[in-house]
Amino acid sequence: MLLSAVTFLPALGALALLFVPRRFTGLLRASALAIAILTLALALPLYFQFDGDRADFQFEESRPWMPTLGVSYHIGIDGISLLLVLLTAFLTPLALASAWRAIEDRVKEFVVTMLILETGMLGVFVSLDLFLFYVFWEATLIPMYFVIGVWGGRDRIYAAVKFVLYTMVGSVLMLVAILALYYRHGAATGLYTFDLPALARWVLAPGPAQTLMFLAFALAFAIKVPLFPFHTWLPDAHVEAPTAGSVILAGVLLKMGTYGFLRFCLPLFPDASLAFGPAVFALSVIGIVYGAWVSTVQPDMKKLVAYSSVSHLGFVMLGIFTLNQQGLVGGLIQMVNHGLSTGALFLMVGMIYERRHTRLIADFGGLWKVLPAFSAIFLVVALSSLGLPGLNGFVGEFLILVGAFQRSLWLAAIATSGIIFAAVYLLWMYQRVIFGGITHEENRGLRDLTAREWAVLVPVVVFIVWIGVYPAAFTGKTEATVEALIAQVQAKASAVR
Amino acid sequence: MSTLWLIPALPLAGALLNVLFGNLIGRWAHWIAVPALAGSFLASCAVFARVWDGGSFTSTLFAWIVAGDFETSVVAHVDQLTAVMLLVVTGVGALIHLYSAGYMHDDPGYARYFAYLNLFVFSMTMLVLAGDFLLLYVFWEAVGLCSYLLIGFWYTRPAAAQAGKKAFVVNRVGDFGFGLGVMWLWSALGTLEYRAVFKGVETLSPATATGIALLLFMGACGKSAQLPLHTWLPDAMEGPTPVSALIHAATMVTAGVYMVARSHALFERSGTALEVVAWVGAATAIFAATIGLVQTDIKRVLAYSTVSQLGYMFAAVGLGAYAAGIFHLVTHAFFKALLFLGAGSVIHGMGGEQDLRKMGGLAPRMVTTTITMTIGAAGLAGVPFLAGFFSKDEILAVAFHGQRVMWAILLLGAFLTAFYTFRLLFLAFFGAPRMSKDAAHHVHEAPAVMTLPLTVLAALTVVAGLAVGIPSEHGTPFARFLGPVFPVRGGEHSGFVAYMLVILSVVVVAAGITLAWFVYMSTPVRAEAVGRPRTPLHALLLNAYYVDRLYDAAVVRPLLALSGVLARAFDLGVIDGLVNGLGRAVVAGAVALRRLQTGYVVNYALTMLAGAVVVLAFLLSR
Repeated sequence: MLLSAVTFLPALGALALLFVPRRFTGLLRASALAIAILTLALALPLYFQFDGDRADFQFEESRPWMPTLGVSYHIGIDGISLLLVLLTAFLTPLALASAWRAIEDRVKEFVVTMLILETGMLGVFVSLDLFLFYVFWEATLIPMYFVIGVWGGRDRIYAAVKFVLYTMVGSVLMLVAILALYYRHGAATGLYTFDLPALARWVLAPGPAQTLMFLAFALAFAIKVPLFPFHTWLPDAHVEAPTAGSVILAGVLLKMGTYGFLRFCLPLFPDASLAFGPAVFALSVIGIVYGAWVSTVQPDMKKLVAYSSVSHLGFVMLGIFTLNQQGLVGGLIQMVNHGLSTGALFLMVGMIYERRHTRLIADFGGLWKVLPAFSAIFLVVALSSLGLPGLNGFVGEFLILVGAFQRSLWLAAIATSGIIFAAVYLLWMYQRVIFGGITHEENRGLRDLTAREWAVLVPVVVFIVWIGVYPAAFTGKTEATVEALIAQVQAKASAVR
Repeated sequence: MSTLWLIPALPLAGALLNVLFGNLIGRWAHWIAVPALAGSFLASCAVFARVWDGGSFTSTLFAWIVAGDFETSVVAHVDQLTAVMLLVVTGVGALIHLYSAGYMHDDPGYARYFAYLNLFVFSMTMLVLAGDFLLLYVFWEAVGLCSYLLIGFWYTRPAAAQAGKKAFVVNRVGDFGFGLGVMWLWSALGTLEYRAVFKGVETLSPATATGIALLLFMGACGKSAQLPLHTWLPDAMEGPTPVSALIHAATMVTAGVYMVARSHALFERSGTALEVVAWVGAATAIFAATIGLVQTDIKRVLAYSTVSQLGYMFAAVGLGAYAAGIFHLVTHAFFKALLFLGAGSVIHGMGGEQDLRKMGGLAPRMVTTTITMTIGAAGLAGVPFLAGFFSKDEILAVAFHGQRVMWAILLLGAFLTAFYTFRLLFLAFFGAPRMSKDAAHHVHEAPAVMTLPLTVLAALTVVAGLAVGIPSEHGTPFARFLGPVFPVRGGEHSGFVAYMLVILSVVVVAAGITLAWFVYMSTPVRAEAVGRPRTPLHALLLNAYYVDRLYDAAVVRPLLALSGVLARAFDLGVIDGLVNGLGRAVVAGAVALRRLQTGYVVNYALTMLAGAVVVLAFLLSR
């Protein structure tokens, strides 16, 4: 029941908030934040009670939903989803807190939307039934559409529509593939079910059918990740979205794509996953380098961070498809790291945007003088993002690269060049924004971090350091699951040969 | 064990205190930072005593990154090499911390400065303590971060901010290689722990060993400013001068030498890699020395000198003379820190002036600085019986027996070194003053808190060589102490040849000093004549062989241009154009199809008829 409670608490809270009159904006904000924090508190026992030595699903709940169709309400988490559930529960309160002053318009709708979005995201990570998964997957689209489209910037409608249409293209194909898998499995075994563990146990013969299904799933996930060249919706969505939306988008929604590869593509279509591995490698390393280069020349900080996500998620994809322990554990931890570091970067860009209503690098310079605390934390976050050892980003990146190295020296070499470029675009941006003299008079009177902003940033920094110094606290929960996943993929792939 | 971890823990605690409570601590920051270093130094002495008799030990804190077979821990490996490095880092570090209390006295970022400096010592001690290649890599980058922070310490100066970023990025280029080397090492041996790695290198094929060693050396080139990654170090002089002394002369930049010496088993397995190390070192030694001949900024002379001297160290370790390389590292730490601190004293005394052309005749007003600087200069130049004399001649002797061409290069380098060192000394302290009357009036000697470290370092420069550097049949006492780490080489220090070599090098040094005297002392120096390019060669040297401009034109600008094209033309034009084009095509298609929905029943009936005909035709044709 715990897992269900965690998943649905935000939605129930949203439901309750519907009865609060819209003029009580303070109450709405506070209760939404309280609900999100309560969700996090409820999710913490998941971490402590989760047995990292076990590879199977824990906190499992299964109940028939539409038995005639083989649809059940089946949820549970393993080492792969645990961290993502925690990440979601961790980032949502921060996002809500960041919107405290930034969202003045339609506060009620905003907090309700955000809470429904949280349930959607949690649902994606806990679902063990393809039908249920698909419902949650699509359910995240609608609130995010509103977050961008209603509370976004100037071109919000364009960005929101692009985001939805682009994602839908992939999702629809995935739906077709889900149904195809359902019927194939039913025809072969007589059991028509959407139950993921059941489907994953079954060996789908390699061939065009598997390839097509893999491609349909992969397209949906690749768009979400986004894997180069399916990334162009991302900068638009990020730039137009309000800070809270960007944090959730980068922090959690993108992970739904990488999670999908881990949860569905690898175990369901192992042969196709292996066959398309080289293609994914190629797109990943292109994304790593390309994203970094394009970041370098962005004049807008938010766009810079958005493109850097393309680069970082390239690392994650590379790690996943190495299909070895180092790459996969690294990829998993890197998903969390990216959520923290990039989430924090968006938060901080949002903080100066609130003060100056611009995000152009050229409008800043010399901020250390007026915002020393902000600048110091911004540096820590930037360093974490560029993979400085001792902070979280390094742990993930290095494991991924070790994993990639076992595949190919050249693969690892190209990917490793990404760490040079990451230093270039982040430190160059930092130099232009923070160092030097104050170039714009408007910046002279800026106020340093407020108590609320401290409260938002300190938890992130704590985890940035914690994962960097003692990653075993997190990787320890994933190892058994990852090992089992690799074994499963290899066994299924070789079963038919 | 507990004493051991105090060495990094004390500076770390100091850094944290000054970071978190810097606003409250303010002017009192040195009361945290300096004692932290003193304690760290004492703990290092205790550790030194533990390995005095030739033993070694390891100490593990906790398992760090674990994923499948991949396992690394926070583990310290302590042997004689570690102990020597610890003493240098914490000893010279403590002196420079003390000095900083005077030098940075009026700086508004006082607490921040000491926080960074303590953080650096923490990272550097961890770097030398590390018993695992990944941990080494971690603190290798961490010292780079401290370097970045301290170079850009005066962040309002655009040049400082630029130099900090440049240092970090160039080091990252080196670390790209280092990182790959570490990955390769693990893939080949399944471990990164020192002892296991060095035991396992025998199983590596020479080709693999060469690959790994060269990649690691790439990191060393970055960190220790060797060709072709040397360009960041001269710019790093934008940082406060004590920082230049500690990080960019005495300790951090020597990390590359330490790493190669530490991994000598791996480099020896390759052979080729060692040769590359030696030649890159020798080439850098002469390359940087020539640039140092003409620089007019007092710190830049010393910076190029550092690059050059690091080249000597690499030449030594590349020739297999690890103890000689490390000995030069130690003596260099003394006299180069001394020279930088002395330069700092001059800059301090002249109100921020760094231009040698505007100095001259400082000696009477800065007696302690002048005396100690002269000792430092003599030490660097290799004047007999000072530290540099022993350590440099050791390297020259090794080169003579190993590689004659390299020996000749290094000997020429020694001549150049003697020249530029005494050029600096003469231009700064002797001759007639060339500053304005007003400026001359304000020149003053530094306070005792600054001159004390100068005096101690000068004393070390005088005694270090005599104490542990006199060669015998069985090598120097220093080399014998390092015996458990590096096999002692003997037999090269005796007989006629050895004496001739020493005499030759003394002659070369004397020639260099004399030439400097003729150019800069025998006739009054005209400031406007110094540092103005007279010949193409002179211009080439003044511009440091245009390497920076070359990199800018060949790498930085093309990459930026390409990125610009990718960001605008390709990403927005091609990729996004396709996406939006697809969207528009769908819309256009829908618009076209909409025309079919005319609402006229006649049209629909006609279409139905046409459809029926087609179906019928299809069925009949089968």
